[in-house]
Amino acid sequence: MTASSTATAFATARAEGRSALIGYLPAGYPSVEGSINAMRAMVEAGCDAIEIGLPYSDPVMDGPTIQAAAQQALDAGVRTSDVLDVVAAVAETGVPTLVMTYWNPIERYGVERWAGDLAKAGGAGLITPDITPDHGSAWVEAADAHDLDKVFLVAPSSTDERIALTAEASRGFVYAAAVMGVTGARDATSDLAGPLVRRVRATGDIPVAVGIGVSNGDQAAEVAAFADGVIVGSAFVRCLLDHAGDEAAGLDALRALTTDLAEGVRRGQN
Amino acid sequence: MSQQTTETTSPTTRYDADERGYFGGTWGGRFMPEALVAALDELTLAWHDAMADPAFVADFERVLRDYAGTPSRLYHAERLSETVGARVLLKREDLNHTGAHKIRNVLGQALLTKRMGKTRVIAETGAGQHGVASATAAAWFDLDCTVYMGAVDTRRQALNVARMQLLGAKVVPVESGSATLKDAINEALRDWVASVDHTAYLFGTAAGPHPFPSMVRDFCRGIGDEARAQCLEQYGVLPDAVAACVGGGSNAIGLFTAFLEDEGVEIHGFEPGGDGVETGRHAATIHAGEAGVLHGARTFVLQDEDGQTVESHSISAGLDYPGVGPQHSWLAADGRATYTPVTDTQAMEAMALLSRTEGIIPAIESAHAIHGALEVAKRLGREKGPDATIIVNLSGRGDKDMGTAIEWFGLGDAEEGPEADLEQAAKEATQ
Repeated sequence: MTASSTATAFATARAEGRSALIGYLPAGYPSVEGSINAMRAMVEAGCDAIEIGLPYSDPVMDGPTIQAAAQQALDAGVRTSDVLDVVAAVAETGVPTLVMTYWNPIERYGVERWAGDLAKAGGAGLITPDITPDHGSAWVEAADAHDLDKVFLVAPSSTDERIALTAEASRGFVYAAAVMGVTGARDATSDLAGPLVRRVRATGDIPVAVGIGVSNGDQAAEVAAFADGVIVGSAFVRCLLDHAGDEAAGLDALRALTTDLAEGVRRGQN
Repeated sequence: MSQQTTETTSPTTRYDADERGYFGGTWGGRFMPEALVAALDELTLAWHDAMADPAFVADFERVLRDYAGTPSRLYHAERLSETVGARVLLKREDLNHTGAHKIRNVLGQALLTKRMGKTRVIAETGAGQHGVASATAAAWFDLDCTVYMGAVDTRRQALNVARMQLLGAKVVPVESGSATLKDAINEALRDWVASVDHTAYLFGTAAGPHPFPSMVRDFCRGIGDEARAQCLEQYGVLPDAVAACVGGGSNAIGLFTAFLEDEGVEIHGFEPGGDGVETGRHAATIHAGEAGVLHGARTFVLQDEDGQTVESHSISAGLDYPGVGPQHSWLAADGRATYTPVTDTQAMEAMALLSRTEGIIPAIESAHAIHGALEVAKRLGREKGPDATIIVNLSGRGDKDMGTAIEWFGLGDAEEGPEADLEQAAKEATQ
């Protein structure tokens, strides 16, 4: 299976004069099949790329919403191999499909084995919140060997030197954490995001996507005015949590939110 | 002490971490969100700078001496020694202010916090010893203090929750995950990501991302430096062995560090074996764990085949942690130290024995070390005679654990006291 290119998705959005919309859900919530249905609904409603969370027992960067869904997935017995099944199913839609994961499950699976299996499943790459390029050489080597994207994070606290290091090591895009804090929807967009995106852009032309805190079309439009991509996670997860036990209602909520956000990234053309 | 402390801030021996925080090239490191990298770099620089500053080191020594009550005594437990046929020396960290070795670490980190100009500290705690120590240091240094504690632990250590509150700290029960120490660490890290500009994280053990394993070790290494000097002064020889309990491993690494290059000194760590390693209900991380990444460091971790952290178990909340400090992982992999599990029952028997023979009620953490050390002492006595010497770190006192002891031994009824049970427990501890 050939992985869809994240770079192509950003290039397409850029050609349309807009930001890309990247949606996050954890694999295995509310079930493996349910998560596949949910992500496909997000693609149909306008997500340009999908970020699939690998549920982990100790998610330091996640807030209560994502942690709750991921914990329920773990309690239901979701395995790393299930995540690859979700990747394969979502990648069939043709959108680039990345896995967002903490590091230990990958190390346990075997870094090289993981990279190979992810590529085979059609995955585009990995977003790694708890490894930085300077402590991630094993992943960098494996990703390069399998032509996978390496998405590292920058934060408002990052020095210029570290931003340059991260941008240089990343492939696909750079994930700009818009706030100093964990994932979760917030009432107002961060005033730290714009300057951070500008600092990354000063290092080259790799796309920069902003995550953490965006939950509606208006916020997406604000961020789209200065970023190449808008990443939304907790708000999508909330759609499913709020309709636990009613998959159809959850999918309707996901489609409605995706449509709102997709319109937002187009309103906020940069 | 100042010279020794300063030397350890850079990798001068094969047992120290390299500049990136790896012990033995493999264990440790920094697997953390980018948002915290600047803070960890700032902390690393501040710690190196402080340890190279004689004024800071002198301040630290003064606070330890005048406030915490160090050097702690090295005490010959004569009756205990008679039971095993070797000389058993107890490093009496239980006599420190707040009742444990933890005060050394927090006073060091709090002093560093003041030097860095930060106004708030956060901490995680399992048994409550580190939380109480952090709240104490925060009160003394006039810092705001928030302590994260697993909700399960707040119930089994209610007395320490009250202590922390009386000292002015806010105690936040953590309900996520297994609601124990590992989840308290996760929550504290989340707080720190959002508050790092004015908040210092007083990490409670020699684990976590670089520089915490090395920094906490350096603030605790006075345990071993003192014990080594005291042993030489009192007996004219180095001990044949040293022993300590290992959860995260701060008291153990504090003792071990002084002896790492004394090749004739055996080094023994005793891990919480819970109901028995074979039952799966334990926290014997080195003995039964696998290499992995937890809380920012590569170390031994109790984990399943997918790399998910497995819930640990120990009768001692202070040892109930599925990871371990990375330097211990290196010492185990290198063969310099030996790590052995001790079950809940063995630890409680040792608690009874020490109470009955020496009039000292140890923390259950320390009781693990007592049990393991007595086994080593019996062997040393057979091999080398009654002058064979082992130093055991009595890392804390048992006041906080009386609720557990009451339940375990059925204490508290004056008419129907559990005399026979206690006698039996003490007897079994020496067999």
